[in-house]
Amino acid sequence: MHTNSLYQEVILDHNRKPRNYGKLDHASHHAVGHNPLCGDRLNIALQLDNDQINDIAFEGESCAICKASASMMTAAVKGKSRSDAETLIHEFRELATGKLDANHPNHLGRLTVFSGIRDLPTRVKCAILPWHTLHAALNSLDNASTESNNDSAQTTASD
Amino acid sequence: MIMNLTNASLKAEAASAFDLEKIRTDFPILKLKIDGKPLIYLDNAASSQMPQQVIDRLVRYQTTQHANINRAVHYLSEVATMEYHNARCKLQQFVNAREDREIIFTSGTTDSINLVMHGYGRKFIKAGDEIILTTLEHHSNIVPWQMLANEKGAKIRVVPINNNGELEVDEYEKLFNERTKFVGLIHVSNALGTINPIKRMIDFAHQHGVPVLIDGAQAAPHITVDVQALDCDFYAFSAHKLCGPTGVGILYGKAALLEAMQPFKGGGDMIASVTFEETIYNTIPHKFEAGTPPIAAAIGFGAAIDYLTTIGIESIAAYELSLLNYATECLNNIPGVKIIGTAAEKTAVLSFTIDGIHPHDIGTILNQDGIAVRTGHHCAQPVMQRFNVPATSRASFAFYNKKTDVDALAAGIKTVQKVFL
Repeated sequence: MHTNSLYQEVILDHNRKPRNYGKLDHASHHAVGHNPLCGDRLNIALQLDNDQINDIAFEGESCAICKASASMMTAAVKGKSRSDAETLIHEFRELATGKLDANHPNHLGRLTVFSGIRDLPTRVKCAILPWHTLHAALNSLDNASTESNNDSAQTTASD
Repeated sequence: MIMNLTNASLKAEAASAFDLEKIRTDFPILKLKIDGKPLIYLDNAASSQMPQQVIDRLVRYQTTQHANINRAVHYLSEVATMEYHNARCKLQQFVNAREDREIIFTSGTTDSINLVMHGYGRKFIKAGDEIILTTLEHHSNIVPWQMLANEKGAKIRVVPINNNGELEVDEYEKLFNERTKFVGLIHVSNALGTINPIKRMIDFAHQHGVPVLIDGAQAAPHITVDVQALDCDFYAFSAHKLCGPTGVGILYGKAALLEAMQPFKGGGDMIASVTFEETIYNTIPHKFEAGTPPIAAAIGFGAAIDYLTTIGIESIAAYELSLLNYATECLNNIPGVKIIGTAAEKTAVLSFTIDGIHPHDIGTILNQDGIAVRTGHHCAQPVMQRFNVPATSRASFAFYNKKTDVDALAAGIKTVQKVFL
């Protein structure tokens, strides 16, 4: 139990002042993420041009972990290519579920602040929801859910 | 006779002196440290802890008394059968049922409600009939009736609640008409702690010839239940909220109703005779106890009932009320904290929100201080919708909690607020 290390200043800061929060006027892709266990809901909209994420925004009701994760995620993927974003999605899921050690080579940078979540299984879904939703948006699926059958690329509506 | 008097006077003595420190030593788990901090267990509405007396009973059963029941002629089978029956009789006395055969062992409250839905509902509820439920119901007393309504073409009517989380009984009475065929009613709200005026509501339903099922999961641990005085038709609760094991509960049902119902599950023990042409069902309670029941858990349930009645439900209720009043005052004194559910009659349940902070974050940070609360919708989403919150944090107290547990909760809430300042 390392909850102290989880609620670090960077996470609290992104919760207080979420980056890229709001709507996007010219979104080409969007998805709604939902955690039926706690009722959290997240909208992610992005503008994809030549496989590059030119702009991205999110909004919704969620806990601090989810909101900070969404905020830092949007900051991390903005300007990146779709495949770079998919790499980050994959690595973040691996980090949160304890399959990727933050000390091993990865592209997550400051996102490794979420590595403590692996010790709180009930909160892993909070951190992962934005990434599920981004994946759904990039793949033109309308809905993402933390209760989908697996962690692979097959995220669809399930509740 | 002398034995009985001695037992009675011992019980009276125990009931008059509510010895908190002695009680706390009965619960080994209360010695546990969470991350080096003493456990402060405030999730009793989800499941209560088990005293050594019940643990010992389970060990004694498994060590010296276990066999399958109602079958063999050998010694162990006879002992196990007798002890299982004794447990049923303890439950009969606990709820003051007329007969022991009116007590059905189930896997818990949910199973009990499903038994009534299948056994009574599927036989007697028809297309166009109406079932009355309340906004306070746990999902377990909503979903089975929705399944039945969908299957039969019946309709669910819902009793609203006021801003304090109390049922609007006048509205309940207005819902009755000639199509009303069943009432499902929670005795005490798991999400808010509201104690509902079930006696009045049962009487009103009976004036219309409508049977009433009471979900007593949150009431039986805190309120004396007398099914004859209530005149309810069914009453359901689980052992694990009464210091007993998981996996067992009871359904009380009036004998005439249980006899008229169809079986829920088919299998061994619930039959009188079987051929491939026809099966003749056993008498109650066996008709509803197909297969090998949770024998050990039922016997542990009996031991838990012994433990609680020795302390006395009235003493427990009085002490828990003092805890509730103290905790309500403490939380009301913290700016930004809002208690959801302020009924005049409540058990020791405090559902609350903190301005600007999500319940899951509250729960995780309280856990840092060893404080166990429940966060979420408490399987009562209609209640959450009524108060326009996605979720709450819920502290629920038991008779082994102490005032300093409340102090720790209040301090923990202030820590949470500091983190998110």
